[in-house]
Amino acid sequence: MARTTFFDQVSANKRNSFLMAAFVVAVLGALGFAIGYAMFGEPVAGVGTTGVALAVGGLSAVGTYFAGDKLVLSVSGAKAVDERSAPQLLNVVREMAIAANIPMPAVYVIDDTAPNAFATGRDPQHASIAVTTGLLEKLDREELQGVIGHELSHVRNFDIRFTLIVGVMVGAIAILADFFLRFTFWGGGRRSRGRDGGGGAQLIVFVIAIVLAILAPIVARIIQLSVSRQREYLADASAVELTRNPYGLERALAKISGDPEVLEVANRGTQHMYFTNPIKKFEARSSGLWSTHPPIVERINRLRQLTGDPPLNAPESALMAGLE
Amino acid sequence: MDNLPLIIVAVVLVLLVVVAIGIYNGLVQRRLRIDEAFAQIEVQLKRRHDLIPNLVNAVKGYMGFEQKVLTDVTNARAQAVAAGAQGPAQQAAAENVLTSTLRSLFAVVENYPELKANQNVLELQEQLTTTENQISFSRQHYNATVLDYNTSIQVFPNVLLAGPLGFTRREFFDAEPEAANVPTVDLSLS
Repeated sequence: MARTTFFDQVSANKRNSFLMAAFVVAVLGALGFAIGYAMFGEPVAGVGTTGVALAVGGLSAVGTYFAGDKLVLSVSGAKAVDERSAPQLLNVVREMAIAANIPMPAVYVIDDTAPNAFATGRDPQHASIAVTTGLLEKLDREELQGVIGHELSHVRNFDIRFTLIVGVMVGAIAILADFFLRFTFWGGGRRSRGRDGGGGAQLIVFVIAIVLAILAPIVARIIQLSVSRQREYLADASAVELTRNPYGLERALAKISGDPEVLEVANRGTQHMYFTNPIKKFEARSSGLWSTHPPIVERINRLRQLTGDPPLNAPESALMAGLE
Repeated sequence: MDNLPLIIVAVVLVLLVVVAIGIYNGLVQRRLRIDEAFAQIEVQLKRRHDLIPNLVNAVKGYMGFEQKVLTDVTNARAQAVAAGAQGPAQQAAAENVLTSTLRSLFAVVENYPELKANQNVLELQEQLTTTENQISFSRQHYNATVLDYNTSIQVFPNVLLAGPLGFTRREFFDAEPEAANVPTVDLSLS
């Protein structure tokens, strides 16, 4: 693996995630166009159906956008802390907020022995960060700084907003595909004839639309998870940009991966938000397409690209992945 | 019909002016960010000045034999506060001296188990650690704004406008030259 700088890693991660998001937009556009044309014989109908799907998907997102962070914090059992109850944690958060040039977020602690953390909030002015008591006990100051740097980078890079937008589009794809497939199989083949008389072209597009309607939701979901992983790598590289200390974050990742404790309050709905995937068996299988987080081994090796250290060898990797 | 070339030239000129305004505004914003970042450093430096008397009082009782280190810190602090009125160069030099006296103090505290276990001292040490970190992260952020600004006045096409409009390179904040020295720990009975 060639040595890189965090500048390069940051721009590469941003570029890749935007390309993937653009691809999802393209899939949504293609699906909408195909469905509109197949159903109504007019390409412009595709715009209409896509618009409706986006509106429906968008409505559900509005609630998440404005109130989502409070909901997530209460579901996770997070309690607010201040200078007197957690001085060192607040100091570390303040240091990272200065380095990132964002306002100080609200800080919460979750009472659980499993070490983990998450950040939430639609923009840096409305951000919250939560860490577990397990994290505070098990990590030293440098490692804690790396984790907090990672979480505040999610805030600074507007990741919550970015993943929400991607989520709305993926949701719109699912709504459109679902609607179209139901329409086809329940409503029968009653299609209006377009200006060009419908016929052969419309039938071909109809078949394409069905194929897209089946495949698009799966493809979109895979890309959505890939975007999530790219933003995790971006947060790691941005954390190094803040702390200028890749070793702290690397040691934190190694310590957390070796910890057997399970985070009680996490579930499939909230897993994507945490520093490492809190669902142990997902973490172990995370080398595939279907995971929200990259494997910890990969994250460590990317950090080693910054320092020029050799990547983890096979026995170390296996140990870290819990396969030993 | 024969006005078409004129119209095209006019549109192009308007577009160029719009782009130039955009470039100018961007450069102004970046330059202002540098000033803001510099002011933030000052805030952190003052915070450190305010914390030091408490630290010195807390450790004085235990460190009867280390008076030199303590007086070094107190004197350096006074110099740094005074240097605030003398301009950025003197200020930076005085703050750097204060940083190295504090480093010596931390190094000495390591040798006193009772001090290391004392809750007050631990809290103050955390306060000072975080203040040192905040100072260095403020400086780091300042350097990031300087980098951003220096880059934008040198890339094309901004470079065509930057000189004529009076945008010049800004300096980075260098670490103290004494940073290369290991702090000396004076354990003599003085």
